[in-house]
Amino acid sequence: MDYAIIVLLQVVVTIANLALISAGLAVIFGMMRIINMAHGEFLMLGGYAALVSHQAGLNLWLSIFVVAPLVVGLVGAVIERLVIRRLYGRMIDTMLATWGVSLALVGLITVIFGNTVAGVSPPLGSLEIGAYAIGRYELLVAGVSALLFAAGWWVLARTPVGLIARAAMQNRDMAAALGVDPARVYAATFVTGAAISGLAGALIAPIAGVAPTIGAAYIAKTFITVISGGAAILAGTLSAAGLLGAVNAAFSFLTGPVLGEVALLACAVLLLRLLPQGVTGRFFRRSL
Amino acid sequence: MTAAAPLLEARDLVMRFGDVTAVGGVSMTVGEGELRCLIGPNGAGKSTFFKMLSGQLRPTSGAVALRGRSIVGLPASRIARLGVGVKTQTPSVFDGLTVMESVRIATDALLPPQLARRRADEALERMRIPHLAGATVGLLAHGQRQLVELAMVVAQAPDLILLDEPAAGMTGVEVDRLGDLIVELARSSSVIVVEHDMAFIRRIARTVTVFNRGQVLAEGPAAEVMADARVRDVYLGKDAA
Amino acid sequence: MTVSLRSALGFAAIAAAAFYALVVVPQGGDLTTMINGSIYASYAILALSLALIWGYGGVLSFGQAAFFGLAGYVYAVAGLNLGDTALAALIAVASAAAFAALLGYFMFWGRVSDVYLGVITLTVSLILYRFINQTAGEEWTIGAAPLGGFNGIPSTPIMTALGKPDETLMPEQIYALSVGALVVCYLICRLVIATRFGRAVVAIRENPVRAELLGYDTRFYKLGIFTLGGAIAGVGGVAFANSVFVSPTMFNLQTNGQVIIWVIVGGLGTLAGPVIGCFAMLSLSTWLGSLDGGGWTDPNLVMGVVLTFCVVALRKGLLPTALGLGERLFAVARERMGAPKLGEPRAAEDRP
Ligand SMILES: Nc1ncnc2c1ncn2[C@@H]1O[C@H](COP(=O)(O)OP(=O)(O)O)[C@@H](O)[C@H]1O
Ligand SMILES: [Mg+2]
Repeated sequence: MDYAIIVLLQVVVTIANLALISAGLAVIFGMMRIINMAHGEFLMLGGYAALVSHQAGLNLWLSIFVVAPLVVGLVGAVIERLVIRRLYGRMIDTMLATWGVSLALVGLITVIFGNTVAGVSPPLGSLEIGAYAIGRYELLVAGVSALLFAAGWWVLARTPVGLIARAAMQNRDMAAALGVDPARVYAATFVTGAAISGLAGALIAPIAGVAPTIGAAYIAKTFITVISGGAAILAGTLSAAGLLGAVNAAFSFLTGPVLGEVALLACAVLLLRLLPQGVTGRFFRRSL
Repeated sequence: MTAAAPLLEARDLVMRFGDVTAVGGVSMTVGEGELRCLIGPNGAGKSTFFKMLSGQLRPTSGAVALRGRSIVGLPASRIARLGVGVKTQTPSVFDGLTVMESVRIATDALLPPQLARRRADEALERMRIPHLAGATVGLLAHGQRQLVELAMVVAQAPDLILLDEPAAGMTGVEVDRLGDLIVELARSSSVIVVEHDMAFIRRIARTVTVFNRGQVLAEGPAAEVMADARVRDVYLGKDAA
Repeated sequence: MTVSLRSALGFAAIAAAAFYALVVVPQGGDLTTMINGSIYASYAILALSLALIWGYGGVLSFGQAAFFGLAGYVYAVAGLNLGDTALAALIAVASAAAFAALLGYFMFWGRVSDVYLGVITLTVSLILYRFINQTAGEEWTIGAAPLGGFNGIPSTPIMTALGKPDETLMPEQIYALSVGALVVCYLICRLVIATRFGRAVVAIRENPVRAELLGYDTRFYKLGIFTLGGAIAGVGGVAFANSVFVSPTMFNLQTNGQVIIWVIVGGLGTLAGPVIGCFAMLSLSTWLGSLDGGGWTDPNLVMGVVLTFCVVALRKGLLPTALGLGERLFAVARERMGAPKLGEPRAAEDRP
């Protein structure tokens, strides 16, 4: 019984984690139809921002929830200005350029902080269920992930900003028809996606640690989650994270974490053969 | 294969895009060597109808048979090999290739090399563009690109040729020449032409089908159809010549 | 005119480079040069494979190194178990091709878009990386071959002389073999492009819809070129395994990014360009690594900036841009010199 509960919690945590680290990427993909190849580095930067400001004496929660999204959002704004904006409408080129940005960020952080792993131990201790235990912080992260998606749904469904975003998701020209400059929509999208990635990166930093090259560890999972989800930001990411996270967790239990990730990929490739437009290209088409 | 089966038989073709019904139940039979014009206002579903015949779109429902053989659900490339050639509404050409390379791509799909070479030369002759053989397609004028696309279609030697607004963007002289060409093509193939220019249609067509809102509004000999009051209504305010 | 001039230039450059690499360099006899030369040549084969499928087939694989690494590992494992290195090399290249075919089937028959395709290929490569990286334990041994986790397989067998299983090739022979493989792969690519199949592949890249309407099943052709690209990348992987030894870095993110950079810098749509781009960028990396610039010469930083700059500022790649500039200068010079004879008024117009 205890074991069942802990397994269930672990599955939930895995899914929530996957959804969380994919969210920023999903925002950019849903609105701009490009994959931000520097996504892993945005997560990495979020981790560093939180860690460095915490080490400088700032409260850990402030570092995670305020500093990290701000810093990475700012970095996103600069990159949007210098790179993304110049490649408007050239999707593949945009992806290639963000790959360049990704490499450059890895290099830059290596230059500044050195090629070492850093981290803080997760706060809050662990929750014991019978003979088993799970980190309270991990549960908290899962909760934040759920909140983030709820907030995302509220913004998209209930606010004027969400209306514009939905219009832009449906059809590029529709935003223009609503009297909004599409370039501004895209700029705002990119910055928002970056800020969310920053927050996610900061949240997982105490669990996973940070290093200049840590982004590479996340991107395979997040890319495949977002692509498998399809165009709908929230429903797509959640359904794909649910499916792939469950497969990952199940195989991790059975065969260890390595094959868990391999199973995740194999499942995603099969999924794309069956649903080339992603889950939401076929189901939940009208969802957000 | 039954000798009685017509070249093309489409029955109750329907194409829906979400809530939009682009084609709502169209049937059409085209015999060997027939030259037919398809007219109708913008958005009537003409291009969508062509795309279902050529396999670019899979009909929501309905049947298409080529000489009695169902082709619904086959990939466009299979349908092309079965003898359907298409000139799309917006010119679809190989911008990075030369004119001759483009036409050779068309002939190479079906023929052995020596024959392909001869067929390609012939296609350029028929379009009167042999002098452009070495030109890069992307650098040509709009009308010339249309001719290159036609040359590719002709080089395929299809049994059924679908031409979607082939005269668009052509000069008067070019349009006249195109009319002669289409009549000539109809000697060896069946041809369906979508056009808006009524004078052009009168010149070339024997049978006319009128589309409106995804339905067949009228069908029959050119003169008869154009005298039809309903057809005139549909075209009222448009370029009803 | 300019096209044939360029392709002639490409041939001449390749011939000269092959002559230099195979005749001049070995006379120096410097071991480090030989080993580095073999590594560069292996990577150049990888670059060539992407130049083929992306530049000619329009198939953008972000994870081309997957086939490079896979073939390397298959070669090492098969070589250690079979003892016959030639057979192992054959099996390795065949596995890379088969894997590409399988992956290609899923992608092309699913008709996924370019964006998806790039991401899927990269993800496959990264998962292979993650998988191999964590196979350090005893349990990850295939026959006589321990997979070795992040350390790779230091005991990767070196090719032996044909028919003489005890005679391991010397570094200069491996070097000659790698450069030879590069030249052969280049020639194969040229040949394939000139065939009916190759012309169809290019036409499909230009306009897939039109190609379908002319009777080409685009999935089949894309699968064909993708599989060939996988095989060529596999040849590179085997050459690499012989130059150093196989390790997970063969399919990590950096390697995949570098291949893209080589092709972009060298120029998309050419075969010789990416090969030259590969040599140039690798030399640059090596040189940067040897500098003490207070860290600012970090190869990742420099490569990242180069890639971003190339994409944002130059649409054609460094080499074609330079070549184009050269051609223009040449034309201007010729006009200046020929002007008095043919075009007096023209020359007069030129002067303000
Ligand atoms: N891919 C599509 N998605 C949604 N609607 C479409 C699509 N293609 C065509 N339509 C709609 O179908 C209708 C018929 O279009 P079309 O066949 O192009 O007409 P025509 O060629 O007669 O001008 C139009 O209302 C058009 O907006
Ligand atoms: Mg139309």
